[in-house]
Amino acid sequence: MNEPSKLSLLEAVNLALHRAMNEDENVVVLGEDVGVNGGVFRATQGLRDAFGLKRVIDTPLAETMISGLAVGMAAQGLKPVMEIQFMGFIYPALDHLVSHASRMRNRTRGRLTCPLVLRTPMGAGIRAPEHHSESTEAMFAQIPGLRLVIPSSPARAYGLLLAAIDDPDPVVFLEPTRLYRMNPQPLVDDGKRLPLDTCFTLREGADLTLITWGASVHESLLAAAALSEQAVSVEVIDVACVKPLDMDTLQASVRKTGRCVIVHEAPKSCAVGSEIAAGLYERAWLDLQAPIVRVTAPDIPPPLYRMEQLYIPAVTDILSACTEVLEYA
Amino acid sequence: MQDSLNITFSQFLATDGQLLEALPAWADDQQLLIGLYQQMVLTRLFDQKAVALQRTGRIGTYAPTLGQEAVGVGIGAAMHADDVLVPYYRDTAVQVMRGVKMEEILLYWGGDERGSDYADPAVAQDFPLCVPIATQALHACGVASAMKIRGEHRATVTTCGDGATSKGDFLEALNVAGAWQLPVVFIVNNNQWAISVPRKIQCAAATLAQKAIGAGFSGEQVDGNDVLAVYHRTRLALERARQGKGPTLIECMSYRLGDHTTADDASRYRPDAEVKQAWLSEPIKRMQAFLRAQQCWDESREQAMIKTCQAQVQAAVDAFEGVDAAPVESIIDYVYAQWPQALAEQREDLLERASRREAEHE
Repeated sequence: MNEPSKLSLLEAVNLALHRAMNEDENVVVLGEDVGVNGGVFRATQGLRDAFGLKRVIDTPLAETMISGLAVGMAAQGLKPVMEIQFMGFIYPALDHLVSHASRMRNRTRGRLTCPLVLRTPMGAGIRAPEHHSESTEAMFAQIPGLRLVIPSSPARAYGLLLAAIDDPDPVVFLEPTRLYRMNPQPLVDDGKRLPLDTCFTLREGADLTLITWGASVHESLLAAAALSEQAVSVEVIDVACVKPLDMDTLQASVRKTGRCVIVHEAPKSCAVGSEIAAGLYERAWLDLQAPIVRVTAPDIPPPLYRMEQLYIPAVTDILSACTEVLEYA
Repeated sequence: MQDSLNITFSQFLATDGQLLEALPAWADDQQLLIGLYQQMVLTRLFDQKAVALQRTGRIGTYAPTLGQEAVGVGIGAAMHADDVLVPYYRDTAVQVMRGVKMEEILLYWGGDERGSDYADPAVAQDFPLCVPIATQALHACGVASAMKIRGEHRATVTTCGDGATSKGDFLEALNVAGAWQLPVVFIVNNNQWAISVPRKIQCAAATLAQKAIGAGFSGEQVDGNDVLAVYHRTRLALERARQGKGPTLIECMSYRLGDHTTADDASRYRPDAEVKQAWLSEPIKRMQAFLRAQQCWDESREQAMIKTCQAQVQAAVDAFEGVDAAPVESIIDYVYAQWPQALAEQREDLLERASRREAEHE
């Protein structure tokens, strides 16, 4: 048998879209430039040729319209997968997620549902223009009825996107642009879904738990590798499924290690990291041997690209926080 | 594509019920004409009852449809069962015609989500009432897109008020409906008031119908107090939509004779004289005068019909008041298809909270 070809996270997204559209004719892809152009990042490349105009739809340039349309399509039994070009442009689409998609099942007692997926690239680090570098996942994590998924590897992008499209409820699927073309991995197109409500333990360890998601998974793994050279054993967990949040896995890890650092690219206050820290204090207070420390962006807008590296948590910032937590008596 | 800037105005019945122009062939069906009238009367009697129920605390806030019965009844009569309605929140008349039960409408305004779980399979695909202004216009375009993608000969109808035409959602909906030639009919119930803001300061355009022209399709005005005109123009628009000839915007010129909702007091912002004047144009009286002139209506039929309608309304109230309390879990169990294991504790917490409160009450 041939070695499976190596795919980037971006190619894995594309592969999953091809597969989902092949498997279910109700799946439609819509968004700005997703057709002939294959999306601004090329995530939808080839779909138009494979599945035609009716299922791969270039929309007018209006994000509110895209998400409102998806609500109507989904209520008719289609499975719309919409693309918003960048997270910075997602806010007009928010109303339909908050007020309608996430509530339709509940407010009709299951008579109408909204099995839609909203995909959008997230995060800083690609020297993009203003409004192209946001990480505002916490806004979505507050919405009941929604699922929020952030893959950080080609395999998780593939398996989680397939699961998101299958899921009978609305899913926001955030793709870290910084990881889009980084570290291609062998990936088999086997159609296997990954669970939408569990965290992924990427590296087991006994001394400290690093909890992270999105592009920061990359720096967190590097930090863990560096610490292992100093004989510190670090467990790294990719949250991946941010809502609903698998606190059981996080709690079990922290009970084991007694020490925890949370790393994310979003601003610090009222972030998903705040929720995780609060949950761990509620559930694992007596097991903690040190205060939980968060390594995040400050509460500022993402700076233009000359200074954006300062905004993004780097390996050295994570190492510094880990040292602080490990030295706490 | 629309290349005419001309906005037509359609009306058959003068305010006194006189016929202004010859009616189309469908009007030979007297039962249809009587049915339109009866449905408007039923709507008004139900509406009065709903307001009374609110005043006595048996339901919550309600949006009365007083004076705009012809809009909803005209649309409802023009729609086919397999069309889809995507309503706003002042849509009692059309919802009842579609097959939503009056007790369901009371249940919804009475604070119970089961009121949007319509029992009649004929309305299984209709959307529930939509409170956020104009958002439903986009949902209707999504529904219409699904119909078009699947090559179905069905159409979608969406309604909104005059205020909603100021919203981006409305304009984005018109734009995509025109660009994709979607099978959707936009009905604007121009009742002249968006809570306290009158039509003339809502928008500088001479008509709201002309907003369709910028989106590349036809807009028109009808007398929204003339059920025959609303029915006729909606029927034609729906027929075009089902044939793949694209969308239509119909601006129904009406008047909100009641308050915006039962929580509103319209006397704070509009003169009594204006309301008095508007009563002269209301839709029910003129239709009754027309039917009488056609020799197909008289006082005894009127009395019998009112009795029947009152009995229907009362039966709905009884059914509404006989509904058992919903189980506590129901406010959690429909949020996701399956309540996530990760949130299991919150479900238990809610049940615990409920039993604690129950214990306190005992």
